[in-house]
Amino acid sequence: MTIAVLAVQGDFAEHEAMLESLGAQVFEIRERADLDRPFDGLVLPGGESTVQGKLLRELGLFEPIREKILAGTPVFGTCAGLILLAKRLSNDDNVYFDVLPVTVRRNAYGRQLGSFYAEEEFKGIGKIPMTFIRAPYIESADEDVDVLARVDGNIVAARRGNVLGISFHPEVDGDTSVHKYFLDIVQGIK
Amino acid sequence: MENRYELNKNLAQMLKGGVIMDVTTPEQARIAQEAGACAVMALERIPADIRAAGGVSRMSDPAMIKGIQEAVSIPVMAKCRIGHFVEAQLLEAIEIDYIDESEVLSPADDKYHIDKTKFKVPFVCGAKDLGEALRRINEGASMIRTKGEPGTGDVVQAVRHMRMMQSEIRRLVSMREDELFDAAKLLQVPYDLVKYVHENGKLPVVNFAAGGVATPADAALMMQLGAEGVFVGSGIFKSGNPAKRAAAIVKAVTNYTDAKLIAQLSENLGEAMVGINEQEIELLMAERGK
Repeated sequence: MTIAVLAVQGDFAEHEAMLESLGAQVFEIRERADLDRPFDGLVLPGGESTVQGKLLRELGLFEPIREKILAGTPVFGTCAGLILLAKRLSNDDNVYFDVLPVTVRRNAYGRQLGSFYAEEEFKGIGKIPMTFIRAPYIESADEDVDVLARVDGNIVAARRGNVLGISFHPEVDGDTSVHKYFLDIVQGIK
Repeated sequence: MENRYELNKNLAQMLKGGVIMDVTTPEQARIAQEAGACAVMALERIPADIRAAGGVSRMSDPAMIKGIQEAVSIPVMAKCRIGHFVEAQLLEAIEIDYIDESEVLSPADDKYHIDKTKFKVPFVCGAKDLGEALRRINEGASMIRTKGEPGTGDVVQAVRHMRMMQSEIRRLVSMREDELFDAAKLLQVPYDLVKYVHENGKLPVVNFAAGGVATPADAALMMQLGAEGVFVGSGIFKSGNPAKRAAAIVKAVTNYTDAKLIAQLSENLGEAMVGINEQEIELLMAERGK
């Protein structure tokens, strides 16, 4: 199983280490030529969505990646990655891949002083640690979206088909369960 | 369990592979964000101007910092003087995302750095070598950058500091465990941090390059030498075409090994900042705060 990790900016190295620890083959996407290699799933890491969105477009990655997602390649976005997947942003004019029909609020918990750690239920996994760093949350989700986790009533994890978006960072706190969940989606188990 | 220090280290992880740009106005902050900055450093005068103006250089006006916070959605950092924990308290009060306890400003204390463990907001600190880096981390810094020599447009010192840190890290990795106690003594840092570096081959926090980066090639050089991201201060807004240069540096940091792309990015960028050679500098900011 080969997972491509978008590596234009952000904490892609942490995702790579975690995916490798679960037995996946991993490679980085930094420019157009990297997309010629076949992959079974794609990870969009945390970072700054404005930077990643701009680099995706200017490095010619945006359209080919969007086509792959629309063609059914499983994709997993954390934090900035969730913002890239969302159909609508409530406090930003940008829209990126538009493949997860949810409305996301950027920097929903404010500045760094609002960053926090929680432990909550994740549907199908159980109680897991969640690290929120200047995080977004999902304000609303369309009916066909499966809400997987909430913190204080706000949606922090959602899935529709092969598209999984979460607003926290399992890649930095050592808990591999959500990555395992994603690899199960890639393998068609979940 | 809420561990501010972990959360603060995590924010630095999100900045990796990115470029943090010095800005002095909301307009510059917007240009930086448009160009792909992953964060901005709000300050009244960029280092080149601080150098030219001379005199005591202090924390920026909070109103000016707030103006920049309102102008952009990316994280906003600001500098306080080395040891000036009240300036740091003020920056925390206006909810800055990262404090740079910086040698670019005039030091307020020639012996003690700020006890950064007493703060909820994160700190980044400069370092010339591994000992300085680990001392700052021991004081609570959750991100490190090379000092370089700010405001010069001369990358030589950032290169020296990054090479020094990386070679000292490699040396610790190669040591026998019973040699680490002596290494800790010589580096003047706690044994636990030395042991971490020995076992992991890297600092326990993110490490960026800073000081004197002026071109896409400079930025890629620092990345190839092991930096996890780059601060660009005077290099952008002291150049002929800030927006274009900023965007080119951002792309060079992402694809820092693609010489063909960086060559393209380096075409027609207009004039780079003039720069001062190391030998021509009267004030070595990197010697502040060890």
